[in-house]
Amino acid sequence: MAATTSMVTSLTFTIPSLGFRLPTRSYPCVKPQRRFVRKAASNVITATYELKAPPYPLNALEPHMSRETLEYHWGKHHRTYVENLNKQVVGTDLEGLSLEDIIIVTYNKGDILPAFNNAAQAWNHDFFWESMKPGGGGKPSGDLLDLIERDFGSFERFIEEFKSAAATQFGSGWAWLAYKANRLDVENAVNPWPSEKDKKLVIVKSPNAMNPLVWDYFPLLTIDVWEHAYYLDFQNQRPDYISVFMEKLVSWETVNTRLEKAKARAAEREMEEERRRKEEEEGKPTNEEDDDDDLEMYVDNDNDDSEAE
Amino acid sequence: MKIDVNHRNPHPRVRLALPLPKYKVLPHGGFMYKTHISGCTLEKKNLLRLQMALRSLATRKTLTLALNSTRLAQSRALQTFSLPDLPYDYGALEPAISGEIMQLHHQKHHQTYITNYNKALEQLHDAIQKGDSSTVVKLQSAIKFNGGGHINHSIFWKNLAPIREGGGEPPHGSLGWAIDTNFGSLESLIQKMNAEGAALQGSGWVWLGLDKELKKLVVETTANQDPLVTNGPNLVPLLGIDVWEHAYYLQYKNVRPDYLKNVWKVINWKYASEVYEKESA
Repeated sequence: MAATTSMVTSLTFTIPSLGFRLPTRSYPCVKPQRRFVRKAASNVITATYELKAPPYPLNALEPHMSRETLEYHWGKHHRTYVENLNKQVVGTDLEGLSLEDIIIVTYNKGDILPAFNNAAQAWNHDFFWESMKPGGGGKPSGDLLDLIERDFGSFERFIEEFKSAAATQFGSGWAWLAYKANRLDVENAVNPWPSEKDKKLVIVKSPNAMNPLVWDYFPLLTIDVWEHAYYLDFQNQRPDYISVFMEKLVSWETVNTRLEKAKARAAEREMEEERRRKEEEEGKPTNEEDDDDDLEMYVDNDNDDSEAE
Repeated sequence: MKIDVNHRNPHPRVRLALPLPKYKVLPHGGFMYKTHISGCTLEKKNLLRLQMALRSLATRKTLTLALNSTRLAQSRALQTFSLPDLPYDYGALEPAISGEIMQLHHQKHHQTYITNYNKALEQLHDAIQKGDSSTVVKLQSAIKFNGGGHINHSIFWKNLAPIREGGGEPPHGSLGWAIDTNFGSLESLIQKMNAEGAALQGSGWVWLGLDKELKKLVVETTANQDPLVTNGPNLVPLLGIDVWEHAYYLQYKNVRPDYLKNVWKVINWKYASEVYEKESA
């Protein structure tokens, strides 16, 4: 790919500002965050993504997940994904995009581009570490528990289904609890008459690096069932690993926080789509706000929120 | 007669000339003998081999007894599969592959594929008899996973051999010549397979195969437990290398390329040559 950081070419992934509108995808994250990085010299490789440490020391999950596992899983596997992602992204159009944007873009509606695996795995592992905590497990409460009981019948049934999804994901992959909002059961379809019933919790499993972001779900909880996640501690006994994860490691607080965010974004998205529909009815050609976004790209942004080390 | 529990003859009708070493009964009904890892003299090795042979004779006899008593299984004529014995000790492939990995890989992973394969086949048999098409179709993925796992691992054990028994010795004869013709040299074939194996995302296998129709050797990869034939009906597997993490993690951790580099020291080219000669005749 051409080694330019031209902002114009980066616009191929956003809405063209020529007055006609393509159906837009609002990503689960807020508008694409640009992280502008000033290069000192043209041969300097700027590392745009960094390996974030888990929110607890590496031995904090003992005896349920050993320090050795964390050392290899986070220190080698996760680190390699991040490093390889940086190498793949530098000097391409993907540079400066947020991790979630790279995932959506390189997923390319199924026609996967090379950086997808590393980007998705980097994101998945961040999500995974945050899904656990020392002294975790137990039961959720409040809204989350209500939703679980509404969508799965009971908390026990949910646990059963989640464990089964994780155990039957053949080969490498992940199992997820996700919040599905305003969508039909067909991927990429939008329900023209959204209702409260559309918003529900679902359990999904995905192979290798795949994650529910690409299906426009809001992930809430995940378990890594690649063999490297449990082999040192449990060898071939994946079901034991899954049970220990559910009983002793899950951080329901984090899941709750994510659910609140998901509900807020779903509401936001609903409002935006309402607004857009109203405007179409009124016959407005362009949306002022969108123009501003595009214009922003042309102006040199003095807020340099680069993370150059 | 003094009965020593650990040295009990598993099948009374078979007279054993030699005393048995300690054994224990495994969950699936088979027997496992403690085997020595290193420092084996030739006599001891032959003794162990003889004992393993006798053991499979004994278990085969007990199995036949069991089968005869369940007429139901016979009348349904549904073949069940069982774990094939390794032609070498678990520790015999060290230091390329550790004994711990070999034991887990054989006794746990391969055995689980076989158990689940048998279960799926039985369910399939029932569904076919009842004409339950949706169950028949639903079972296909379980059959591919577990049947594929059984097929692939059965080949894999034969693809490996201790160095003392020719493991790692380069192929001669027609296979050696075919490799040079198709890939330039053995080194470049190994390089190609290692590159493909390392680049494989997730779980799968890297294969050296023979395309019977095009009459040439190919390097292929398959995902999960898909057998080589899923890449093409004319493909015959000569060599398969398991790159699922369970095949190397305890020893090599995340460094799959090191595993791939070292596994060639115990690759059994004799078996690959035999298959090649048979299939290209």
